[in-house]
Amino acid sequence: MSMRTPLGRVRGLGSAHDGTHHFWQKRVTSVALVPLTLIVVGVVIAIPGRSHADAVALLGHPLVAITLLATLLAGIHHMHLGMQVVIEDYIHTEPTKTALVLANTFFCALMAIACVWAVVKLSFGI
Amino acid sequence: MVELALPKNSRMQLGKTWPKPANATRLKEYQVYRWNPDDGRNPQIDTFYVDLDDCGPMILDGLLYIKNKIDPTLTFRRSCREGICGSCAMNIDGLNTLACTKGMDEVKGAIKIYPLPHMPVIKDLVPDLTNFYAQHRSIEPWLKTVSATPQIEWKQSREDREKLDGLYECILCASCSTSCPSYWWNGDRYLGPAVLLQAYRWLIDSRDEATGERLDNLEDPFRLYRCHTIMNCANTCPKGLNPAKAIAEIKKMMVERRV
Repeated sequence: MSMRTPLGRVRGLGSAHDGTHHFWQKRVTSVALVPLTLIVVGVVIAIPGRSHADAVALLGHPLVAITLLATLLAGIHHMHLGMQVVIEDYIHTEPTKTALVLANTFFCALMAIACVWAVVKLSFGI
Repeated sequence: MVELALPKNSRMQLGKTWPKPANATRLKEYQVYRWNPDDGRNPQIDTFYVDLDDCGPMILDGLLYIKNKIDPTLTFRRSCREGICGSCAMNIDGLNTLACTKGMDEVKGAIKIYPLPHMPVIKDLVPDLTNFYAQHRSIEPWLKTVSATPQIEWKQSREDREKLDGLYECILCASCSTSCPSYWWNGDRYLGPAVLLQAYRWLIDSRDEATGERLDNLEDPFRLYRCHTIMNCANTCPKGLNPAKAIAEIKKMMVERRV
């Protein structure tokens, strides 16, 4: 049992002077994803019925590819921020929390790299 | 991890059903959470019957009836009996509110009463609010100034005074904070709706000169940003205030000073 005063416990390690950046980035990515998602849905609807070469040509078109990249990067960044909040909300054991925050970052980074690679490959046919 | 079930020694059991008052014609059933730190037993739900013809109309009146006429060991906080002291906040019929301002006729069937959720219980309906009060102390809820103190008073325009409406009325009953899942899971680090509403009350007080310093102390992923706009706070506040809006205003101030 700690003999620390209640105020001492509440003050704890002090304010992190951080959190607003995280909050604002989540809002910015949300706003960006509204039009981006609509466009991507349109692109997906346009694919069925096309031949493989046609579909590749559509997805590799600079305007489509750049929109796809923007959507994927904004989406994955948003996912990363959101998942981190979920972990911080619900996991209170320190080693587990750190491990999950790391795993979340690594997973999202890998996803982002893989998605960028896929879109670039469609565009340039490497 | 989040606690989805109560610890074994906190799980509730069926308690005693107390006899109905003699010769009563109109009865109201009360199911009340009981826990005594001294008997080593799990919490129990006791059933009482209140004689409506021998009792005031509010839920607190019924609790006082029980304490005075049925079981004097029933323990709860109460003081003003008119919704201004905040002592008798408890979970009534599934919603945190003040027992003194909620009428018995507002509850259909048995009135189920528990202490404020997710707080350590001292006895029966009395929660330990030490952490809550320390959090309130931590936001320094008083006027902070650097300018020389005026001889008479710190002046405030009518418009600036109006900005405190909807904030100054808070009676710190803790109904909102203890209804907030974010506060349940992270109450040790998240300040909770009541304290953040008070923080905002001082942030927008035109007389205060420590706005930036106050924002600095709140800018933290846990102290402020655990609020996910769940809105239980606004839903439960017995004074009809909106802590969620106050928190949103603090977040806007945070963004405003950097974007």
